[in-house]
Amino acid sequence: MMDDLTASLAADLDRAFPALVEQAGPGLYWGLRRLCGDHQEAEDLTQETFIRAYRAMGGFDGERFAELRLSPWLWTIALNLGRNHLRSRSRRPTFVEVGEHGVTDPEVPDSAAWDRRMAGLTKPQRTAVVLRHVVGMGVAEIAEATGRPQGTVKADIHRGLARLKQLMEQES
Amino acid sequence: MSIEQQLAGLAGGLPDGISEGVALGTRLADGFDLYPSPVGEVVVTFNVEGVSSVDLATEGYANRFSERHGRRLLRAEPPSAWGRHIPIALEAGTPGKLPVDLSSRTPFQAQILKIAASIPRGEVRPYGWLAKEANRPEAARAVGSTMARNPIPLIIPCHRVVRSDGHIGEYSLGGPGNKWELLTHEGVDPAHLVELAEHHVRVQGNTSTHVYCHPSCHRIRRSKPGNVVDFTSTHAARSSGFRPCQVCRPGG
Repeated sequence: MMDDLTASLAADLDRAFPALVEQAGPGLYWGLRRLCGDHQEAEDLTQETFIRAYRAMGGFDGERFAELRLSPWLWTIALNLGRNHLRSRSRRPTFVEVGEHGVTDPEVPDSAAWDRRMAGLTKPQRTAVVLRHVVGMGVAEIAEATGRPQGTVKADIHRGLARLKQLMEQES
Repeated sequence: MSIEQQLAGLAGGLPDGISEGVALGTRLADGFDLYPSPVGEVVVTFNVEGVSSVDLATEGYANRFSERHGRRLLRAEPPSAWGRHIPIALEAGTPGKLPVDLSSRTPFQAQILKIAASIPRGEVRPYGWLAKEANRPEAARAVGSTMARNPIPLIIPCHRVVRSDGHIGEYSLGGPGNKWELLTHEGVDPAHLVELAEHHVRVQGNTSTHVYCHPSCHRIRRSKPGNVVDFTSTHAARSSGFRPCQVCRPGG
């Protein structure tokens, strides 16, 4: 059963795609931001994930859309890109705000402290914790996105959270 | 506050520029910027393939672009790999190192536009010449309509393509006055070309080398005035024992 957005994408990809960016973009960006710890890189990876997704969807038929689970699928692309650090920035036009120069780096409270704490987790723990609690995905979705068994994902979330608590206690 | 709640608070909205970057990268939109040109300020649009259009920066250019190309326009910086070649190409009147996006054209139209891009600065060629260069000598009219709809004027120099009778002809970017202006800017004397056209002169020969050229070819323009003879057709030039120039390839 397709949700409304997937159905719109299947019906008219070009028309519906901006809505996908609006809906999935914040989770992707902020998840990637906590995973890689850098605004510019998170922004690049978010853009590249959507560009890859758009190209891939151009070749999808109705059946492929019907079985598509948007969030795990987008994160599969994003995590692969993050691993390979694929960059094609020089070939792409870069958007600039009219009359503004330089990139704005949106901040959340204690951003630098969280980057430091996250660095204390193993990569699978960090990925599982961020996808579960920053992005808000379910365990089954994370398992699909990362290609790891659900039991392993649960254990990674558990151990990751325990490690974060430990790190925060050490700070105070 | 629990650690789970703190983590949930680490996500915010989508930072500025990401949805625009995606629109440009997926080619759902093209970027644009404004540049000076010999005929006033122009809007140059671009995407990952290259420059996609040039238009006068007059009111409504964004709507005109969307109508013609079916995409939105976003103010953007061109890709750093070739963005600096845009002002160079506008001034030189040739793409040079600048990639151009002709994917909206048929293969024949793209071929004709590339041939037009090869016409040297300060020279002109008739429609029929482009048709012959493309091995489609019967297609002079199709060449005319391809030039009229050239999406990248100034950079693909359709202003160097003139009527087969030698008259300057129409121009899509603001009318024939601009064509006259551009040719003058690059050292052509349009009034002289019109005068030749009115005397039905199609090619000119050099009596010393016995080579005939298009009247604007730099080879014939460098000849001593006393050595230049006019011909009303390539056939007439050949009958008088002249052979075609290998640079401007006037045919015949």
